[in-house]
Amino acid sequence: MAKGKIIYKRAKDIPLNAMSVGSMLFNKTGAWRNVKPIIDYDNCIKCMICWKFCPDICIVIEDENPVIDYDYCKGCAVCVVECPKKCISLVEEGR
Amino acid sequence: MERGKTMKLSIPEEELVGSGHLACQGCGATLCMRYALKALGQNTILDIPACCWSVIDGPFPHTSVKVPLFHTAFETAACVASGIRAGLDVLGRGETNVVAWAGDGGTFDIGIQALSGATERNDNIIYICYDNEAYMNTGIQRSSATPYGAWTTTTPVKHFKKMPKKDLVRIMAAHRIPYTATASVGYPEDFIAKVKKAKEIQGTTFLHIFSPCPPGWKSQPEKSIQLARLAVSTCYFPVYEIENGEKYTVNKVIKKPRPVKEFLEQQGRFRHLTEEQVNGIQKNVIVSYNELLKKAGLDLEVHVEIKK
Repeated sequence: MAKGKIIYKRAKDIPLNAMSVGSMLFNKTGAWRNVKPIIDYDNCIKCMICWKFCPDICIVIEDENPVIDYDYCKGCAVCVVECPKKCISLVEEGR
Repeated sequence: MERGKTMKLSIPEEELVGSGHLACQGCGATLCMRYALKALGQNTILDIPACCWSVIDGPFPHTSVKVPLFHTAFETAACVASGIRAGLDVLGRGETNVVAWAGDGGTFDIGIQALSGATERNDNIIYICYDNEAYMNTGIQRSSATPYGAWTTTTPVKHFKKMPKKDLVRIMAAHRIPYTATASVGYPEDFIAKVKKAKEIQGTTFLHIFSPCPPGWKSQPEKSIQLARLAVSTCYFPVYEIENGEKYTVNKVIKKPRPVKEFLEQQGRFRHLTEEQVNGIQKNVIVSYNELLKKAGLDLEVHVEIKK
């Protein structure tokens, strides 16, 4: 599946059967964010509760650590509230 | 993927919903889809009528889920799923899961005749309704899933909704449906276990998922999961399952319910309610929960003290 945005320039390029050929990954929803969650890895117990409840699927597991993908994080702060060790802090997004 | 000893994941790791989707911040519906697809796996066909998910998925020709998804008209979620099932059966692909995925408007109001028909024919489909208690996609209009007392744009504060919520799970139980259950996004393990159970059953299965909606409920996006759990621990939305329309099982038995006020006061849509009206809601919640416990054959009666 194509990763970039698909734009049909001519009508005849549009497939006859309306079907999806690309993924929404081109849509970097990180631009929606006005607060930024930051994980403090010193206190993180790797319970992966933040990963489990992320509605934007932007927390990925890398080397058994939760890592936030800021390209897609919308800043809903569900992870901040759900973290049992309270080791995710919110900072205001700079311009 | 193999994992070391330090980390144990309570839900499957495979992701079939991608980032970049168009859901609001703190959306419960996205989590519903994420958990459901984790349970169902790749061999699934989704069929989605007009609902939030027809927008969340993204505009043509893009999609954010990694399984085939069929957009259809508002009232046809269940009958299109029946059709897809019949087609797959002809092709000899009986093991593919067919999932009708609709919001509360497309299930409780507009799609109920198609759902009732499919259930009566006992087509081998899974119907999942994610319930955010109004037509959120079109701008928060009341549906028959909107609870008593809630504000919506069509039931403004002065004329807030006076009717109770439709009890669809009991309507489905009256169809003698092989399996029907309620679940909440606050308890993903329970939700995934139920979808897996529904997947194994031959016949129609109906799941009713409680899914918080921060813009529609006027609640904080970070409180979404907390609200989903509070709804269960206040007995506002009990989590239970019914097999063959008879056998009730309460999955989360709440022995000491928390006051429903804790759940209501976090949402702007209930802000106008007076103390008396909140107490009325509290009374109804406990009465219906005790009824449910009785049906499940549990010798337990709960009550909450109303502070005056």
